[in-house]
Order: sequence, then C-alpha cells, then structure tokens
Amino acid sequence: MDFFHAHQAQHYLVLAAMLFALGAAGVVLRRNAIIVLMSIELMLNAVNLTFLAFSRFPLVPNSPMGSFLTGHAAVFFVIATAAAEASVGLAIIIAVFRSRTSVNVDEFDTLKL
Amino acid sequence: MAEAILFYLFAIGALVAGAQVIFRRNPIYGALSLVGALFFLSGIYVLLAAHLIAILQIIVYAGAVMVLFVFVIMLLNLKEEELGEQRITAWKGIGLAAVVASFGVIAWRALGPAFPQGALMQGDRRVDNALLVAGFGGVKTVGRILYLASILPFEVTSLLLLVAVVAAVVVAKGRI
Repeated sequence: MDFFHAHQAQHYLVLAAMLFALGAAGVVLRRNAIIVLMSIELMLNAVNLTFLAFSRFPLVPNSPMGSFLTGHAAVFFVIATAAAEASVGLAIIIAVFRSRTSVNVDEFDTLKL
Repeated sequence: MAEAILFYLFAIGALVAGAQVIFRRNPIYGALSLVGALFFLSGIYVLLAAHLIAILQIIVYAGAVMVLFVFVIMLLNLKEEELGEQRITAWKGIGLAAVVASFGVIAWRALGPAFPQGALMQGDRRVDNALLVAGFGGVKTVGRILYLASILPFEVTSLLLLVAVVAAVVVAKGRI
C-alpha cells in the first residue's frame, strides 16, 4: 500500500486515462447512438476526474486555496454542459428515430457527400 | 491504508461498470451500468476531497441525466432485430488500435517525466491538511469561486441550460 501513497496522483490520472479510453472505444466500436452518447458521458467523467486530481495534487503547491479550487469550478461547468448535451442529443435521437425508425449511426449518412 | 483500499475498490468498480456500458448489447443494461460507474466515481471524488462535486455527481448525473437516458431507451423500445448484430470490421480494429495508442500516450504522460522537475513524483505534494480543515471542496469554498471568480461563466451556464431545454423540446416535438 506504500506504492499507492508514493504515487497517489498517478493512480488517479491513470484511472482517468483508462476510463477515457473505455469511452473512446465505445464511441468508435458501438453503432447504437444511445450507447455512443453514454460513452461520451463516460469520457466527460474521466476528464472531470483529471481536473479534481490536479486540484488535490497541484503542480505548484503553496498557492492560496482559491487557485486550487478553480478545478472544482471547471468540473461544475462540465457537469452542467454535459446535462445540456445529453438532453439535446437524446432529443435528436428521438427525432431521427421518428423518421428512420433506427438508432444505428451507420444509417445516418444523409449529409455524406 | 484505508484510502488505498477504498481507491482500488472504487477504481475496479468504475472500470468494470464502464466496460459493461460498452460491451453490453442491450442499452438498458448499459445505462444502469453507467449509473453504477457514476456512483463509484463519486466515491473517488470524495477520496479527492471534492465533496460538493461528489454530491452533484449523484444528484445531477446519476439522478437527472441518467433518468433521461432510461426514459429515452424505454420510449424507443428497440426490438431485438433493431439492435443489430455486432460485426467485427477492419475499421473497428483500426479504431480500437487508435484508442489503445491514445491511452498509452496519456498514461505515459501521466507516469513519465513529463511534468516540470518531476513535480508530481516527489511524494505527490498534496494540498496540505490546513486547507482540508478549512473546508477544501465544500459548498462554501467552491461557492465562493463560482460566485466571485467565475460569475460570468456561471450565468452563461444558466443561459446554456435554457437554450438546451428549448432546443430539446423543439427538436423532439416534431410539430409545435
């Protein structure tokens, strides 16, 4: 367990990288539009984890508390933006499902040249 | 000691649940696994002393956003044949290789000597305990940042949410 305490920040950063890779793999590999949206949420969460890790383990210690907590404010805005993105994305999925009765992203190629 | 055990517990839980999101064929299982992953991540946020964000994660993400996802999945009610079979194509192989490569780059940056003078390496200088006692990550301290330093982005966020609500209704409703 000494290994964890010696490299705490790296643990959080590598976990965030793994979650981001899982989300990216979901976007690339899955064809279901809803699962693609959920994978994007997973990637946003990985980014949030990085923000919080760097605000707990700052590269420049001994600054006033406010400069550390800027990361928390950034996470707040990411959460709000993710909620907006999910609502609009799901609305688009419903609208497309109405006209095509499918949520397969391979079939949404009307804009393709 | 307890911190390390909790970290590994939450990390493995989040990774397993995140993998379920991607590899489950039925989106409803994926959505419920994502709720689990968000709960595990909220535990990790508590380990990072981000108490307000951990609560927001459960209320906004696991509560509101995921309920929206589950609603849409139930509304579309996809049949077995509409889910489509999983095909392994060359493009998917290339995409998977790109994902693994990008993970390698990120992990190498996080573990390697990328930071100035190995800033993270020296025993991971953390925010010291005096700040934690002073309410680091609590409602009061984060609220001061939100309402004083970043008041303009905060107000723009409310506008963004309003636009998103209107857009979601307009897009999904078909005919107003």
